Amino acid sequence: MSNDNLIIAGKAYSSRLLVGTGKYKDFAETQAAVEASGAEIITIAIRRSNIGQNPNEPSLLEILPPSKYTLLPNTAGCYTADDAVRTLRLARELLDGHSLVKLEVLGDAQSLYPNVVETLAAAKTLAADGFQVMAYTSDDPIIAKQLEDIGCVAIMPLASLIGSGMGILNPWNLQLIMERVQVPVIVDAGVGTASDAAVAMELGCAGVLMNTAIAAAQKPVLMAQAMKQAVEAGRSAFLAGRMPKKLYSASPSSPTAGIIGSTRN
Amino acid sequence: MISVSINGVAREFEQPMCVAELIRQMGLTGKRIALERNGEIVPRSHFTQQMLADGDKLEIVVAVGGG
Repeated sequence: MSNDNLIIAGKAYSSRLLVGTGKYKDFAETQAAVEASGAEIITIAIRRSNIGQNPNEPSLLEILPPSKYTLLPNTAGCYTADDAVRTLRLARELLDGHSLVKLEVLGDAQSLYPNVVETLAAAKTLAADGFQVMAYTSDDPIIAKQLEDIGCVAIMPLASLIGSGMGILNPWNLQLIMERVQVPVIVDAGVGTASDAAVAMELGCAGVLMNTAIAAAQKPVLMAQAMKQAVEAGRSAFLAGRMPKKLYSASPSSPTAGIIGSTRN
Repeated sequence: MISVSINGVAREFEQPMCVAELIRQMGLTGKRIALERNGEIVPRSHFTQQMLADGDKLEIVVAVGGG
């Protein structure tokens, strides 16, 4: 398995689990959970700085340094292509020219469902501006293909709504996407527990990105470890190739010959 | 007197000032920030040259936890 890497924009990653850094109770818990997850790519958000009211505010990047992790700035909270592009240009400046980004343009605050029209527009602008875009999108295979054609380096369909923990609601659409696009397909959003992550990997997804499933667990660090194991197990099962399902007949695992008291051997 | 909007908050300054001086006054010197002036990125290397003008709209951002 050592050479089974996740390749994004030409760079190899040994972990197929990508994690967010939001909703933890403090930086220590964030750091411990990220560490336990084994993730190499971690998402961050870009927000207004304090402007003097809190000069000693600790910085997230002190506990999660860019030298150790591939930081993936997101556009969470953006509802227009323009706001998303501005946010990522700020992120690129903040991270010294780092161009790998997570694009998400939301449609409404209640569902946080992606606005794919604005997402496509932003992806075009960003790709032309030299960004390597990992695009959060709906599980629509046609939009996924269009995002790939624009030049996105990964397609990241939702499994269910952001932060819902509802798991993979439409595995068929994920497979339709994987049949159509060549770049990595990474399930982003909706995973609730370890089995959801394993199912995503068994379907053949290249990776899973999650935040709330870990951060909102009763024991986030233990859940981060569970997710690491689930992604690895699911990936191994996918590579191993599962047995075919037999709908209406059983098949004994033990020998049928030599059973005591039987009339024939 | 110039009036500048910083992260949506109006601030007034008696003297003309460069971005680097503003950053210093806010205690953000040396912090990992990015700054946008009227919709355009001001690279950190330009902070000492870039003067603030009356009516400027600045956005100053940092990295925070997010998914």
